[in-house]
Amino acid sequence: MKAPPAAYRPRRDHLWFARTRNYTIFVLRELTSVFVAWSVVFLLLLADAVLGGRLAGFAALAAQPWMIALNVLALAATCFHAVTFLNLAPKATVVRLDGYRLPAWMIQGGNHSLWLAVSAVIAFFVLRGFH
Amino acid sequence: MTDTTQAVRQAAGTRTIRLEVARYRPGQDAEPVFQGYDVPLMSDWAVLDGLNYIKDQLDGSLSYRWSCRMGVCGSCGMTVNGEARLTCGTFLTEYGEGPVRIEPLKGFPVIRDLVVDIEEFLAKLTSVRPWLIREGEDPPLTAEYAQTPEQLEAYKQYSMCINCLLCYSACPVYVLDPDFLGPAAIALAQRYNLDSRDMGDRFDVLNQDDAVWGCTFVGECTKVCPKHVDPAEAIQRYKLTAALRSVLPWSRR
Ligand code: SF4
Ligand code: FES
Repeated sequence: MKAPPAAYRPRRDHLWFARTRNYTIFVLRELTSVFVAWSVVFLLLLADAVLGGRLAGFAALAAQPWMIALNVLALAATCFHAVTFLNLAPKATVVRLDGYRLPAWMIQGGNHSLWLAVSAVIAFFVLRGFH
Repeated sequence: MTDTTQAVRQAAGTRTIRLEVARYRPGQDAEPVFQGYDVPLMSDWAVLDGLNYIKDQLDGSLSYRWSCRMGVCGSCGMTVNGEARLTCGTFLTEYGEGPVRIEPLKGFPVIRDLVVDIEEFLAKLTSVRPWLIREGEDPPLTAEYAQTPEQLEAYKQYSMCINCLLCYSACPVYVLDPDFLGPAAIALAQRYNLDSRDMGDRFDVLNQDDAVWGCTFVGECTKVCPKHVDPAEAIQRYKLTAALRSVLPWSRR
């Protein structure tokens, strides 16, 4: 018997992430992880400066215009990352209370509320330091 | 023009819609090419009806799969205007004046025209052992395993999968890495994992880079699923299970 002809294997679409909005958002979420990592490094540098008594030097570095620009960008990117990530959380968390399944908006809303609350507490201490 | 065609055209008035159908004839075409057909635009026609019209009246050589025509068998999945859809449940009127582009499901090798090769998927499906596994017993054939409504509810959603593969086609991870176990196979594994009657363990198959950990959570699988299965949820839930089991090896599931 003659073997059937080989199936056609489509070429890889290198621009797949630009084809739909959801793919683009997904790729942006992945890419913004770099800024999340940078924010962690920045905070570690801050902690190191505080512990080593070099806060003035660190503050001078942080006040550089390029550093401010970088951190504003990092803030926007990490916010985007956090919001899109927290919005996905209900998918990974199935909470049942006595047979009743907690709806997605509660888990999502709970996450966002907690995020806001923690941010508010941090903001309170940081801003208090300025007075 | 045959009598049937005439009758169909009369019923539809003079309105037609253009279907641009991907053709791939092995040995003849080096790669798929589009061929246009005008089919009557009937308010109750699904894309599949349009294809059947082409096959019956215009070009008998067109190849595609379908069976139930009612969203149950899962064989009529194709890419319609760029989206993975069940063609029996997608109406021509959704596309206004047209044209409507019909291509095979993305991410799979094309055997001919709109027919894709699903061998690799079937192997993946078998690898998760999608059946009830019982150990250490040989019950009589008449034995029943009763379940409470809650026990049924725990896995019911995942049991609705019809293996239509729309989720694979919409998943960029699968398109980039064909070895990825993929949404439906993992959802089906969870269907059995969460079944109170099942005693099997699918940890070794699921806790792999090419299985649950390959998923980067795009969520498109869930969006395109015509049966509301939510494979994305199945995968993320198993990630949690797998992570817990890696830390607490004695815990199961
Ligand atoms: S999970 Fe949904 S989209 Fe995927 S194969 Fe099953 S029914 Fe189709
Ligand atoms: S023909 Fe069976 S699902 Fe469409």
